[in-house]
Amino acid sequence: MATGDVALGQQAASASVHDASKRVVNDFSIQVATVNGSGSQSANSVLLKSIFGMGIPVSGKNLFPSNIAGLPTWYTIRDSKYGYVARKKEIDILIAMNAETAKEDILSLPSGAVAIYEDAQNLKQYRDDVACYPVPFDKLTAAVCPEARLRKLVKNMIYVGVIAQLLSFDMTAVEAALRRQFSKKQKAADLNWAAVQAGYNYAAESFTKHDPYVLERMHATEGKIIIDGNAAAALGAMFAGVTVVTGYPITPSSSVVEQLIDYLKKYRIEADGKSTFAVVQAEDELAAVGMVLGAGWSGARSMTATSGPGISLMAEFAGLGYFAELPGVIFDIQRVGPSTGLPTRTAQSDLLSIAYLSHGDTKHVMLLPGSVKECYEFAIAAFDLAERLQTPVFVVSDLDLGMNNWMSEPFDYPEKPLDRGKVLTAEDLKRLGEFGRYKDVDGDAIPYRTLPGTDHPKAAYFTRGSGHNEKALYTERPDDYQNLMERLNRKFETVRTLVPAPIVAQTGKSKVGIIAFGTSDFAVIESRDQLKKEYGVETDYLRIRAFPFASEIHEFVASHDRVYIVEQNRDAQLLSLLKLDLPAAEIVKLRSIRHFNGLPIYARSVTDEFVLQEGII
Amino acid sequence: MATTTATPTPAPKVNRLGLPILDYRGGKTTLCAGCGHNAISERIIDALYEMGVQPERVMKLSGIGCSSKSPAYFLSRAHSFNSVHGRMPSVATGALLGNKTMTALGVSGDGDTASIGMGQFVHLMRRNLPLIYIIEDNGVYGLTKGQFSATADIGSKLKTGVINDLPAIDTCSLAIQLGATFVGRSFSGDKKQLLAMLKAALAHKGTVMLDVISPCVTFNDHEGSTKSYAYVKEHDVVLHTADYIAGGREIVVDYEPGSVHDVELDDGSHVLLRKLDVDYDPTDALGALRIIHETADRGEFVTGLLYVDTQDRDLCERERLIPTPLAHLDEESLRISREDWEKLMQ
Repeated sequence: MATGDVALGQQAASASVHDASKRVVNDFSIQVATVNGSGSQSANSVLLKSIFGMGIPVSGKNLFPSNIAGLPTWYTIRDSKYGYVARKKEIDILIAMNAETAKEDILSLPSGAVAIYEDAQNLKQYRDDVACYPVPFDKLTAAVCPEARLRKLVKNMIYVGVIAQLLSFDMTAVEAALRRQFSKKQKAADLNWAAVQAGYNYAAESFTKHDPYVLERMHATEGKIIIDGNAAAALGAMFAGVTVVTGYPITPSSSVVEQLIDYLKKYRIEADGKSTFAVVQAEDELAAVGMVLGAGWSGARSMTATSGPGISLMAEFAGLGYFAELPGVIFDIQRVGPSTGLPTRTAQSDLLSIAYLSHGDTKHVMLLPGSVKECYEFAIAAFDLAERLQTPVFVVSDLDLGMNNWMSEPFDYPEKPLDRGKVLTAEDLKRLGEFGRYKDVDGDAIPYRTLPGTDHPKAAYFTRGSGHNEKALYTERPDDYQNLMERLNRKFETVRTLVPAPIVAQTGKSKVGIIAFGTSDFAVIESRDQLKKEYGVETDYLRIRAFPFASEIHEFVASHDRVYIVEQNRDAQLLSLLKLDLPAAEIVKLRSIRHFNGLPIYARSVTDEFVLQEGII
Repeated sequence: MATTTATPTPAPKVNRLGLPILDYRGGKTTLCAGCGHNAISERIIDALYEMGVQPERVMKLSGIGCSSKSPAYFLSRAHSFNSVHGRMPSVATGALLGNKTMTALGVSGDGDTASIGMGQFVHLMRRNLPLIYIIEDNGVYGLTKGQFSATADIGSKLKTGVINDLPAIDTCSLAIQLGATFVGRSFSGDKKQLLAMLKAALAHKGTVMLDVISPCVTFNDHEGSTKSYAYVKEHDVVLHTADYIAGGREIVVDYEPGSVHDVELDDGSHVLLRKLDVDYDPTDALGALRIIHETADRGEFVTGLLYVDTQDRDLCERERLIPTPLAHLDEESLRISREDWEKLMQ
């Protein structure tokens, strides 16, 4: 294959030979191997949402190349009655639609798997231990789709029908998902539904099922929604009242701004056609973040979204934002670096560069969402925190979370009023007489600010990246500089108490802990179950949700003998940040489990490494 | 104790807002004595005072360099943002989108604009942001002790004897080509022209790009430099004398028909351009480019209002922003209703 892991020679350890007599219900993975740009997205989405519609926990991942059209791409769907949504490395059912990779794709399957492919390919010759279902895709497509130019797209719906028949999909769920997918295009819906039926009928007439995989209706998805992390973040931003949005297109973050534009156009245009927002496509990420900070300075809620290369370009402005105390929200949808790296693959490798982005003594607030719901909630929180703290706030998501569809509990309507932070009005100034822009009045190291245009002769101050004293006047005095830097440090202590606290799962029985953040969470949840079930090992778990680290994290490390830090980068970036934060006696307890090949982390990789390092085998 | 009758101090002169010029001043300059930038700051003060602009309604923005320090030396009662090198346009864009009701003055230099800031400069010109963008142009980097900038003329000589062998970037022609709607060049030593152009700039809606030749007395005011006081005075081709006439005031200037070009600005005021040697139409972009290049070829500077377009929409209009500044919108206008929310969550 194909999607990397197996090609590295790590043949699936747990592969077992299946047979039709041993049914495998609601616990397997499907991979669609196709060609980028062939329009398989709708078909895959219908598959995912059909399974979801049958009440079965499901997750989908698009593993795609950095290319417009023509290169191989894979879509994996995992259904799991246990509710596991991490990637499953082993592929149980392959739909081989890409002639170029078909041989490699079928060779990568574990024994007992299923392969569906264009019958002319004759993939059976490569594997006699795989259940093969050859389908005359082109012939079936031509029969239902007279218009030749549409056949490339419609062909994908044939495999939906084939697999629906083989796996006993509930066809009402399939039709509902398909009609919803094409809700605005009746003709397209009918054409695609005809293709699904053609595939279904062909499979029913031609195949005798000789594999164990079936789906059965459950009730585990009722009331849930399906959404990708970038759309969720965009919803949160709209709810936070964002008014100035900037961006420079970069995968995998572009859809944050694109989705947001859709929402804003729908909900934030007044009856007279006037907008309560502005969106600017900037000339580069330097300008994007400059606009964000300028808007934040003027009192508007502002944001941009980017990925690693953009973060690098924002470095100088990030330092200014920290030092001159300017609010702004920056979404980083992480991808594999350094440099161009693997632009369409996922990673958690921007942590260190964001934490200390810029030169000089700088540090930044990071929120680390671990679900689509948190993408939404942390987006809202980020705007409040940025204005409360008067500093840039980074929401650090990743490609896996941002661009893939996830099940979620519905999001909550925000009950908390917007927190616009410490802003003095002209009336406040009349009462106070004057103010010191960078003076710590309240003891929380957060000063007060005024907005440009405040109608009072003492409202104005001078914002600058050069040395400044409490009154925002230029200074190069050693004590002024040191006082300012120490206050900024104290402000960071205030931050610890305001950012989302970690989520802790502590049994009280274990001396071994696991720490993770973001999308590593899904693999860790499943891995802890594997450790318990297969090795009888209980673990405690803490998921970090923000930087700087809350005090609970120190306590968690202190209360365990060994703590495994699970993350998706080479250099153990989260572990490095923890080392800087923890007392020396605690640092020695930290151990590292990393996954960094560009594909989302999976449970077995955590379990195997844990077992190895613990010496359990 | 002898009683004296205090001589009543004459009431200070005030502008239409009742503010004395003192209310338009800034901190004491830390630039070199004789620096052209100080003269520009003085003209900015005069223009804002004479136009009766409320100081609190102004935002000052700048990049990095000698030029960019100067917002500290005028209008202390206005918020100011000294940003990073070459990136003031982006900060100004964000700030103005946040509050489009402010008068925004951007001060940059030739290094800040034509080298490190070129990317942002050209895109600023394209967007027609309602910003007055002033380049205090001396052809050298002052704070780092006199290296050539990208606006230095070919053949110009540094104090050290180094000759510039690269062609100059002409910010005015660039601005015109890119869609700026008010482009002028002036000289810090020409008080009257600069003041009239600044006043007209304040009345214009959209991007104003003013390139003001502003000699550096320390690093670029010697024999052999093409940006010295002496050279500029000698080679300044003044297109026209400019008179600014505030809106609503009757135009009673006595002039020969055909000798004056009258430009009506957005707020109804006028700038009257009195022709000198050349017949010049500032609404003709091609003509503007021609005269800029012809004079440059002769080693001269053409000064005056080079190009103006009062019809183009500015960025805030294109974005169809509501009248209230975005920065002032409250929760009620920003949050969607529960009903819409329920629909969204389905």
